[in-house]
Amino acid sequence: MIHLTVNGDAHSAEPGPAESLLSMLRNRLGLAGSKDACEQGECGSCSVILDGELVCSCLVLAADTEGSEIHTVEGIADGDDLNRVQEALVAEGGVQCGFCTPGFVVAATHLLDTNPDPSDDDIREALAGNICRCTGYGGIMRALTALREGS
Amino acid sequence: MTITRPTRVTGGVGTSSRRPDGTPKVRGEFAFSSDLSAEGMLWGATVRSPHARARIDRIDIAAALAIPGVRAVLTIDDVPGRRLFGLEHPDQPVLAEGETRFWGEPVAVVAADDRETARRAADAVVVDYTELEPFTDPTAAEDRGETFRVFDITHGDATGTVVVEGYYETGMQDQAPLGTESGLAIPDGEGGVDLHISTQWLHADHEQVVASLGLEPHQVRLHMAGIGGAFGAREDLSLQLHLCLLALHTGRPVKMVYDRTESFVGPVHRHPARMWYRHEAEPDGTLRRVEAKIILDGGAYASTSSAVLANAAYFSVGPYRCDAVRVHAVAARTNNPPCGAMRGFGAVQSCFGYESQMDRLAEALGMDPVELRLKNALAPGDRLPTSGQRIEGSLPVREVIETLRAMPLPVDETSGDPRRLPGGTGNTTPRSAVVRGVGFAVGIKNLAFSEGFDDYAEVRASLGPDGLTLHTAAAEVGQGLVTVLEQIGRSATGVENVRVVWDTTAQIGSAGSSSASRQSQMSGGAALVACEAVLAEALRRGAGDRLDDAGVWRGEELVTSLADLTADRPIEHLERFRHPQTHPPDENGRGDVHAGYAVAAHRAVVDVDPELGLIRVVHIDTAQDVGKALNPQAVIGQIEGGIMQGVGLAVMEEMILRDGQVVNASFTDYLLPTFADAPTVEAVLIEDPDHWGPYGAKGVGEPPTISSTPAIVAAIRAATGLALTRAPVRAEDIASQWPGAAKQ
Repeated sequence: MIHLTVNGDAHSAEPGPAESLLSMLRNRLGLAGSKDACEQGECGSCSVILDGELVCSCLVLAADTEGSEIHTVEGIADGDDLNRVQEALVAEGGVQCGFCTPGFVVAATHLLDTNPDPSDDDIREALAGNICRCTGYGGIMRALTALREGS
Repeated sequence: MTITRPTRVTGGVGTSSRRPDGTPKVRGEFAFSSDLSAEGMLWGATVRSPHARARIDRIDIAAALAIPGVRAVLTIDDVPGRRLFGLEHPDQPVLAEGETRFWGEPVAVVAADDRETARRAADAVVVDYTELEPFTDPTAAEDRGETFRVFDITHGDATGTVVVEGYYETGMQDQAPLGTESGLAIPDGEGGVDLHISTQWLHADHEQVVASLGLEPHQVRLHMAGIGGAFGAREDLSLQLHLCLLALHTGRPVKMVYDRTESFVGPVHRHPARMWYRHEAEPDGTLRRVEAKIILDGGAYASTSSAVLANAAYFSVGPYRCDAVRVHAVAARTNNPPCGAMRGFGAVQSCFGYESQMDRLAEALGMDPVELRLKNALAPGDRLPTSGQRIEGSLPVREVIETLRAMPLPVDETSGDPRRLPGGTGNTTPRSAVVRGVGFAVGIKNLAFSEGFDDYAEVRASLGPDGLTLHTAAAEVGQGLVTVLEQIGRSATGVENVRVVWDTTAQIGSAGSSSASRQSQMSGGAALVACEAVLAEALRRGAGDRLDDAGVWRGEELVTSLADLTADRPIEHLERFRHPQTHPPDENGRGDVHAGYAVAAHRAVVDVDPELGLIRVVHIDTAQDVGKALNPQAVIGQIEGGIMQGVGLAVMEEMILRDGQVVNASFTDYLLPTFADAPTVEAVLIEDPDHWGPYGAKGVGEPPTISSTPAIVAAIRAATGLALTRAPVRAEDIASQWPGAAKQ
């Protein structure tokens, strides 16, 4: 039995021996916001914050998360109020099909938390692990540049 | 004739209204088909052929069935109805029968209590194969008569004195939507089934599912589920029938979600193309004659190959005038993975051919390549040189080219930051090793379905106490149709509170496919007519002259509230919208085959490290013919996203086959453009209203993907001086030819 904190709530689950954190979140804890698109850590759709680090939850063994503190896309908004990354992504056309969006929300929030004034190149580099097949990244770029300190 | 109505409402046509599904999507609350579940649900998995071609000698399901938790293992013998399916020609077995014809073809399906058990059960199904030699060469397939369609266009006898010839190839691209194929089938306990599915065309799926299940249409109800991108991959069936078979067999809900490898193998891909071209012109640049031979590899089953082939042929000359045309186009049947719809649908492949040729012709003429294109640009009233059809509606080829040419080029970069250099943070390339090139290309494509297909879309508009509801079965694949329908509803009626509801196949007729750049025009057209009818009836009932969320007004007086107006029953109108009729071609490939066209032009700036063959696409400028931008932000989103798929085909995306087997079916091995690969994009929208779309709108999804690829490859040629004739351009294509490259 694994005990962990997700979005501030205590959870426990009994994952399989080879089960990923992503699978445990989606299939055992009822948190389907994190998406499964490649299971290889290439696309970032399953991005979560694990003990302060941005990770692909598909690459984390569920059994290794005992005692961990995890933040997923479901914990980003403050009740009905979207966080600023969520708001900007919708406002600037950074969302189309939306399958990559939860991963971008988590990764971009983490970026701005750790680097409040990223350059265009910083944004590109930081989010190069999140693949979007719909937008061509333009709307996502416009959302994030609008959130830079001083802009 | 375009219909324009003064916009009084907020969030109407022409505004960048927010997409209504944006908030649930950023919160992680939007339910994709892979997020669905049901009480007592089983998981399905697929047994796939490990051979491109093999005889099936025996299938033994006993070991799989013996695994605890396994509830069903089904083969072709368990298909109660038609054993074949297919969007245009049913030729693909629901599960392989006697022989497998491509690597990864479904042979059996299983259902088990959980996903892991289902996967283990699929592995435990024993299939004895006798391997057969696969046919993998499309040219040889034509020689053997193994074709889905052979299409010839013959017109005119003109010749020119300046002649260029070329041979070009494009690779097999995958749509690679982020959401893999998935769905949930729930038996109704009375022999029927409800299928919740992410698809581009709910009713085409329904028709095929009904046929193979051997049920009455009303016994099968398809429900639209959240779609994680499509780009053509969801136009054909993948797991729809397998889900229904398993659910009906077990009597329990069954869910399936393809993993990424399956998603590379299960659905269709973009046809790889081989193209021979000959262009003949006068010394002044007037194009006289184009000859083309185009072979598309259709793979093992028909899918939409015949329509893709027609597009490749009709647009084999491009948006140019030409007196004589000889086109021989072939969709070959091989044992490679089946190919079908992908964004651009045949027009992508031939655009790479004709635009490469136009550059080659300009060089032979000693003429500026943009001037050559302008000199031959088609205009309304001209005839498309291939079909001979007179062009109705708008076709601003000249405006698109001139607008693009006038856009400023980006300044040369001096930064030594590796993130701005080919090779990126691999830190392979100093700025001094970089050469820059600029390339230009123009593309054209038909809008909606062609060649006499009975193409329609249904929308039901319903005005009730709370506002206007638009019912549809049209797929919202991410493009923003849901927003555009709301906007049309607002502008057409004056009511701001508009909601889009997805009906099942039992509740509404077909919207047609969300493909062919057609849905804004087709479902948008249906919505406009339906809303106008609802408005007229509301004003009649209320004896007023204006409608809004409060009710019906006469001058400045509110005559009746929406609640009173619709107290007895909602005001409804069901519209089945059709575009101008098209016709099949005659024996020379000629006729009025298309309903309309859109054009776009792209100018690419690339930086290349030629010694290593590394490419960075720096910037793309584009001008696109959109008719009317119903939602400018969504149009820009389609343009930027479509261009990025063109970037992919130009420099990195290709499914690599070895004897019919896909060797790179993963995101590790099949590279998609990331944020780090993304050029900046500047787009100008050319608004020249078309003759039948709502408010003059044209479809906008495909043109960005058509001419972006040849523009990028032209830029790489300009940077390197190499005659690159294949997309994607691979590092070795440059490095091995670059002066100083080691002789092999």
